Amino acid sequence: MLSKNDKKVLTDPLISNNPIAMQVLGICSALAVTTQVKPAFVMCVSVTLVVCVANFLISVLRNGIPSRIRIIVELCVVASLVILVDQVLKAYMFDLSKQLSVFVGLIITNCIVMGRLEAFALMNKPFPSVLDGLGNGLGYSLVLMLVACMREVLGAGKIAGIPVIPQALFDAGYVNNGLMVLAPGAFILLGLYIWAQNSLFPPKAGK
Amino acid sequence: MTELLGLAVSSIFVNNILLSSFLGMCSFLACSKKVETAIGLGCAVIFTMTITGPVNWLLYQYFLKKGALVWASEQFADVNLEFLTFITFIAVIAAMVQLVEMILDKHFPALYSALGIFLPLIAVNCAILGSSLFMVERKYDLAETTVFCAASGVGWALAIVAMASIRTKIRYSHVPDGLQGLGITMIITGLMAIGFMGFAGISL
Repeated sequence: MLSKNDKKVLTDPLISNNPIAMQVLGICSALAVTTQVKPAFVMCVSVTLVVCVANFLISVLRNGIPSRIRIIVELCVVASLVILVDQVLKAYMFDLSKQLSVFVGLIITNCIVMGRLEAFALMNKPFPSVLDGLGNGLGYSLVLMLVACMREVLGAGKIAGIPVIPQALFDAGYVNNGLMVLAPGAFILLGLYIWAQNSLFPPKAGK
Repeated sequence: MTELLGLAVSSIFVNNILLSSFLGMCSFLACSKKVETAIGLGCAVIFTMTITGPVNWLLYQYFLKKGALVWASEQFADVNLEFLTFITFIAVIAAMVQLVEMILDKHFPALYSALGIFLPLIAVNCAILGSSLFMVERKYDLAETTVFCAASGVGWALAIVAMASIRTKIRYSHVPDGLQGLGITMIITGLMAIGFMGFAGISL
């Protein structure tokens, strides 16, 4: 069903061209929402959706957009999609949307969305663009979920609200690391993640 | 007056928009290789933020908020345009950036060519949209909004200049292969955030 090229577009951003670790896009929200797994998951779904649909729409419109005003057009498309996501979240998951606060709105300026629109959707047909959006959304989600798991386990001893560190360990004097929940923990963890990835899957030379 | 000063200090140091809210990371990472560009971008951000914050505040108070259109006619008392917040704010920011670009081009050509490519980038800087959204969420008044936006801009500029200075030094150190570039930058940012946490005790 998928040609070889399509498959490459879909799977490349997962590891070897990961939007966060390799393309340095979308770091802001990646760090802010990862204190717990649940909001991180909602954020992943929202971003993947927005980037897919925005890629599709811009790709359909790509021949009609004058290049001088393309940034404004892109921003309008993305902003409308984000308004939809925000309204849905407010209607069905009010507590979570309060917890994510301004970061839902900030999907508009999430560099992944803008970056993919500029780099891919403006030059490619709608179908590959959707795949590219999906791939990048999933790559973003992968890193987000990993960082969120680490932070929640180390910072609160839980995953998605379920305690995973046995009580015996706490009795033996183990303490949750409060720093992980705060900003510095996020920066350092993401730094270590990028280190691990670069060492395990070295980026191809000359790229 | 003291409250405004306190707000300014807390937004520059204690709740630095970059190091504690993670806003504006992308351009922070991309443009912190040289101190000169960092200073230029920092100034441009301070400038745009100080203008867009109060403009967005006025728009929100008099057009978007529930019942905000009462000044036009009594029958608009139930109109709630809050769902348009995002698109209005981003449009204002994009327009402001364009305006700033044109003014600089005409009257300060030297500064314009120095900032050059960074100006359009500011439109998609999350710190600017973020500060506008924060001011809505925290229900600041006009004076507080102005101070908050200006101070957040200063805080952001401070962080990026500091980062650029550290990165020029780190070029002479031996960093493990996989950690070079983005990895070490993130870790330094983490250490910087720990440093800034030390300001948390300040209260005015």
